[in-house]
Formats: sequence, structure tokens, C-alpha cells
Amino acid sequence: MSALADIHHPAPSNSVALRAEGLGKAYGPITVLSDVSIDIAAGEVHAIIGENGAGKSTLMKLLSGHVLPTTGHMFVEGQRVEFADAVEAESAGIVLVHQEILLAPDLTVAQNLYLGREITRGWMVHDQTMNHRTAQILARVGSVARPGDRVGDLPLAQRQLVQIARALLNEHKVVILDEPTAVLANDEVDALLDIVRSLRGHGVAVLYISHRLEEVEALADRITVLRDGRMIGTWPAEDLSQRQMAELMVGRELDMLYPHKREPATKAPLLEVIDLAVEHGTWTGSFAVRPGEVLGIGGMIGSGRTELIEGLMGLRPSTATKVAVDGKEMAERSVRSMMEAGLVYLTEDRKGKGLLLDEELAPNLTLQALDSVNPGTVLNRRTETSALRHAVSEYDIRVRSLSLTAGQLSGGNQQKLLLAKVMMTDPSVVIIDEPTRGIDIGNKSQIYDFIDKMVREGKACIVISSEMQELVGLADRVLVMRNGRIVAELTGDEINEKTVIYAATSGKRGTAGEETHDNSDRTSRDR
Amino acid sequence: MTTATAQVATADEGSRIRWADFAPFIALAVIVLLGALINSNFTSGANLINVITRSAFIAIIAVGATFVISSGGLDLSVGSMMAFVTGIMIMTMNGLAPAYGSWAIVMGAGVALCVGALCGLFNGLIITVGRIEPFIVTLGTMGIFRAFITFMTDGGSLPIDRSLREAYRPVYFGNFLGIPYPVLITLMVVLLGAFILYRTKYGRRLVSSGSNSEVARFSGVNVGGVRTIAYVIQGLCVAVAAICYVPRLGAATPTTGQLWELQVITAVVIGGTLLRGGKGRIWGSVAGALILEVIANVMVLSDMVSEYLVAAVQGAIIIIAMLAHRFTKNR
Repeated sequence: MSALADIHHPAPSNSVALRAEGLGKAYGPITVLSDVSIDIAAGEVHAIIGENGAGKSTLMKLLSGHVLPTTGHMFVEGQRVEFADAVEAESAGIVLVHQEILLAPDLTVAQNLYLGREITRGWMVHDQTMNHRTAQILARVGSVARPGDRVGDLPLAQRQLVQIARALLNEHKVVILDEPTAVLANDEVDALLDIVRSLRGHGVAVLYISHRLEEVEALADRITVLRDGRMIGTWPAEDLSQRQMAELMVGRELDMLYPHKREPATKAPLLEVIDLAVEHGTWTGSFAVRPGEVLGIGGMIGSGRTELIEGLMGLRPSTATKVAVDGKEMAERSVRSMMEAGLVYLTEDRKGKGLLLDEELAPNLTLQALDSVNPGTVLNRRTETSALRHAVSEYDIRVRSLSLTAGQLSGGNQQKLLLAKVMMTDPSVVIIDEPTRGIDIGNKSQIYDFIDKMVREGKACIVISSEMQELVGLADRVLVMRNGRIVAELTGDEINEKTVIYAATSGKRGTAGEETHDNSDRTSRDR
Repeated sequence: MTTATAQVATADEGSRIRWADFAPFIALAVIVLLGALINSNFTSGANLINVITRSAFIAIIAVGATFVISSGGLDLSVGSMMAFVTGIMIMTMNGLAPAYGSWAIVMGAGVALCVGALCGLFNGLIITVGRIEPFIVTLGTMGIFRAFITFMTDGGSLPIDRSLREAYRPVYFGNFLGIPYPVLITLMVVLLGAFILYRTKYGRRLVSSGSNSEVARFSGVNVGGVRTIAYVIQGLCVAVAAICYVPRLGAATPTTGQLWELQVITAVVIGGTLLRGGKGRIWGSVAGALILEVIANVMVLSDMVSEYLVAAVQGAIIIIAMLAHRFTKNR
């Protein structure tokens, strides 16, 4: 890392759009971010990377006026500024595109875009103009949504694009993108990267936060690394490999991110599904998974992976010729009966369907396994607490206090709590939908190890993932879905990002982009 | 950073929750204190016992409403249902009185419990199986039950048989060691309710269904079943209130229990239960019921405000309570 000794690489001072000096934020006695000095030049993509909890979100909120700094100064085009709120920051030309989808689902795309800044003629809103301009801006971000579409009816990825479109509605000097690709599939990611490049071409300063290091490498001009609320340094992107970025983020040499592959599984399947048809055949599939095996399910977002599994679990109406768990044929399928047979499903939507964010950790942990934790009618507080203590140490859930609510945990710790929750039922087959969405590398690697450990103990695991690297690194066998059908089964050496993408997009060339492609291949292999 | 913010959050979370939990009891204490300052008759033992006894009906029904509301539902039909159950119970007792004497009271009470449970089951099944908004369903049954009682009383009064009055009277007017029976019954209902809500698996599943029904469903909780049972519990509470109520006036009329649903919901909400579900405060609901009754009593005793404005003050209370809640939350 000797090449990285020089950790300060400022932009040429004449083009700096936004500069922060010694920026910090403390809540009472607790400092969450200290002494960050960065600058973003017009026509530059400046990436901010760091593990969850490193202070990225806080920095973004400080720069965009959502949170007020306790120390430090900010300058817009050389002028000292102090924002009282996000509205002031926005009028100074700085806009933050949130990581969470913040749109009104019952309004149309155009209504959302112009929410709070409607174009009016006298007392009346002028829908025609707004729809027209919305169509233009949607075309610019490559969205297929129409101005009159109800936002709630759009797929997640389209909603993300609408949110970006909303930020682009006005001309901004600085656009801050907080993990814009977290919910996007590969081809959509590509479209988004193109938008960012075109913003850069138009002289906009872009601050880009992402967990996906291949994107950062493909896109960024300079990279700033945060760790534990402090700034580690700023480097030109060409000076850092993905591996170096990851090591700077975690502050240590990376062990292998993915566990070693296991011996081929040969025993009788633990889960056997024949001719499953969900919602009158909108999504169909037959598959099986054996003890000691990780079965990956890949495909684009919207290919029906989640829907197929929700149908299997009885969460959606479905029929099947045969569903057998551990050799026992299931006459009736519900979350409960499947759980009793030894099959559990860990949802991709941990905030909406996985955890009760307002409740404490123990009720969350034991909700699914309530009957085995409490054999009688009455709750046993002591068993619940000891179950929580056990889970916290077993799954390395980092909490200061056991009486936090689930919503107070970081994403990675929420995911580990969710994993602990379904494992409480002592399953033999675990289906995990997007096991590491939106969580940092340290937690990712731990979750991969948990998965590896459980299958080595003779359980079976199905992993649904939109991250090709994850499928390649983790799965012994990969099923690829497209348009609600399973279109390919890949084993052994056939499993790589290109084959998965090829099958998922029906022969369209791997759309992840050459440069990102080769790099990601390298990083997942070299380790 | 996350752990740091989490720690900050616990620090003020802890004090905030404690404040919110005690708020209804502190409010009750303040109002009692004001009552004592305004009129010395307020603190007389007889008056206090009277106030507490009168609040028993709303308190008992509010226990059931706490279940329904924390499961994410709402029941507007409780006032009408209470009148309907009262009517059925009086007719049963009157019909059985010649043959069974005082035992008719016990049998009538049993019938009341069954009818109450069935009314709740009816509400619950339409809401969960029919998948219709609780507001609409119970608005409908509110009208249906009210029409039934009007029909049963023929628009007038449906009195209980004279032969039963003496035997039944003590249920409202009697006492045990100086504590009126309705208060004892309320206490039993509250203790049982708190046990079910806080100490049983059913209570945990109920609150999780109200907190986020999707999470509950994905965790294998039978959300529909859990919610239906909450309405049955509500129906049973209404029946218990009806059993205590009949000896007080000795009759059912078309206006029995009118607008009680508003008082019940007010009591539950100022007691700290979240209207959107996911958090139930049984003792808070009882405090809420007491607050409403004490305010009415203080207004009647004082000459400052007309007692005709009691409902207005009670209405203002729920708004003030919610504003206070909002302020403590944003602090």
C-alpha cells in the first residue's frame, strides 16, 4: 500500500463546486463524524465508500442540509455557506437523492415529480405542462414509466429512476446519489451509470455512494474512503483497485470474501418441488435442493424469483404436483406448515416484511419460533432473553443494549437478526432472498460464512440474489429465471457472471459492461 | 457511527417511553387535583366511589377496544352492540323468570356473553374473511345493532321483570369490603386483559399483527385469526359491561350506549394505545376512561362551565392528548 501513502488529492481549485472543511457531527457526547474535508469539482464523479456505519449517510445529509454540522465549514463555488435545511441547500444547487424510496405511491409519476412545486395557471394546477416536461425528463434518465403511471404500480427499479428524475427536474450544481443502484438489476444499473456519466458531461458535480465497488471503479474520478466516522483519504480512482478499496474500508487485509466451495451433494433432496404454478401459472418452476448444497436462483429483478418462492411458502395462491420437505409430502402449504416441516423463507424486504422495526429485539427474534421458545400459552421472558443473548453472540449482532428496537440496528445487524430469527425454528432448508442487500462487506462475509456453515452441517440453502458475484461465489448450482420461468440450470464451472447474465437476458450480450465485468471477475477469483 | 447513534437513541428513547407511559396517569392525577381545588365535595368518598363506578362500563369496553386497536383494527359498533346485548339479555331474563326465578339472571348473563361473542365474531369474520375496512364494517353493524334495539323496544323502553330487580340490583349497587362490584369486575377484566395482552403468545402475535401485518404473515402468524379473536374479546367485554349496566337503570332503550364508541376510543387513545396498531396500553385505557368520567363529574360539581358542554370538553381532551403525544415524540 506504499503507493497510497499520499492520501490527499484535491481537485483543481478553480472548478470546485462544493467544498467542506473539517466537517463533523456529534449528537450530545457522541461523535458520529469528525473532521471530514472533501471537495467535488464540476464535471467530476466523486465516490464515497465505507462500511455501513462509517458515516457516509451522515456526510451526505450534512452536505445536503438535512442535518446541521456541529463543526466545520462548507463552501459552494468558493462562497462560505450555512444551510438551515435541505430547502436552502437545494436552492444553492445541491440535491440529495435518497437511498430509500421517498415517493407517494398513490400519485402519478408527474404528480410526484412536481410535488410541492406544481406548475400552476392561476389557482389551477397545469397538468399538461407538467406531464410534458415529466416525459422529457423520464426519457433523459432512460425510464420506461409514463407521466400518468401511478408510482405504486411501478417496479422498484422504475421508482428509483423516478426519484432520480425528480432530482434532475431543476438544474443542480451538485447531485448526491446515495446508493442509487441498491435495488436495480444489472442492465438497469448500466442505464443509471450512463445517466451519471451524462450528468458529468454536463458539468454537474456528482457525489456517488455505493456498496458496489465495481461501479465505483467504473464510474468515479476520485474516491474518498470513510471508516468509523473518520476520513481515511481521497485518491484518484485509477490509483485504487477494488481490493485496495475494500481493504481501506475495513482497515485490514481481506480474507477470502466467499467460503470455499463444498463437495458435490449426493444425498436425497431435502426439498423437492415439481410443477409449482403460482397465481395461475404466472410464475412456474420445478427444483430440488440436497443436503450440503447451496442452490442459487438468479435472474433480473422482475423475473419472478421472489414470487415463485412466496408461492411455494403459501404466501401467494399456488398449485403444485408435488412439494416434499425432508421426504414428507406437503398437503397444505403455509409459512407455518412449511416451518414445521423444516423449511423457512427469509424475505428480501427486511424492513417491510422481515422485522417489526418498532419492537424490541427479543419479540422480533422469537416471533416465528414462538411455540418452540414458549411451549405453553404464557410467554417465558427468561427463555426469550437467553435466546436473544445466544443469538447476539452466535450471529455477532452488534448491539450496545438488548433493549434496542429492531429499527435502531444498522442494516447488517438487522439482516443478522432476521437470519437468527428464522434459524430459531431449527430448519433443515433455508431460503434466503437477497441475503446481503444493502449491507457492508464485513457483514456480507459473515453472512456467507453462516450460509457455508449451515450447509456443511447438512442443511440445504437456497439463495436468491441479484448480485451475480454473490451467486458465482456462493452457489454450487444456479437456476436462472426469466419472465416467470426457470430457463437455465448451471453447475460447477458453468457458473460465472457471463453465463448467468446470458441466461437471464436470453442471449443479449452480458450487459454489465466490459470494464466492470472483467474487474469483478478478477476480484471474485483472485481472493 | 451506527452503534453510536443507536446509543444516543436509547438514551432519550428510554426517558421518552417512560414519559409517554405515565402521561395518562399524570393527567388523571392533575385533573383529580384540579377537581379537589374547585369543589371540596369532589373528594368526598361517596362521590369518588360514584365516579369510579360510573366509569366501569367504558373501562371494561375499552379493555376490549385496546385489543382491537392494537391489532390494527377499530370497532365503532360497541355502543350499539352493548344496547343490543342488553335488550337480548333482558328479554331472556324476563322469559325465564317465571320458570327459574333468580337463576334467570345467571342464565341471561350467560346468553349475553354468548351474544356478545357472536356479535364480535360477526364483525371479525366480515373484516378478516371479507377483507373490508374495519371502519366500514363496524359502521354498518353499528347501524344494524341500533336498529335491532329500537325494534326490540318498539321505540320505547324494555324494562326488566319486577321479580328479578331485587336479586339483580347488587350487581351494580352492591359492594364487597366497601368496593362496588362493578369496580371489582372491571379490575378482574383489566387484570385478565393485561395478562392476555402482555404475557401470552396470543398477545404477542396480536401486537405483531398490528405493528406490521406483513411481518406477522411472513413469520407464520395467522393474522386473520388473531384479529378475529380480538373482535370476539371486544364482544365479550361489551357483554360484561351490559351485565353490569342493566341493574343500574333496569331497562334497555333505543338510546342505551349511544355515542359510547366515541368515549371508548377516546379512552383508549388518551391511554397511550396507538390508533394505527402495534402498541396496546390496557392500564392506560382504564386511566383514559377515568379521566373522561372525572372531567364530567368536576364539570357537574362546578358552576363555571355548563354540564351540557361535557362532550365538548371530552372531545377537546382527545385532541390535546394527541398533540401532547406528538410533541413528546418530536422532542
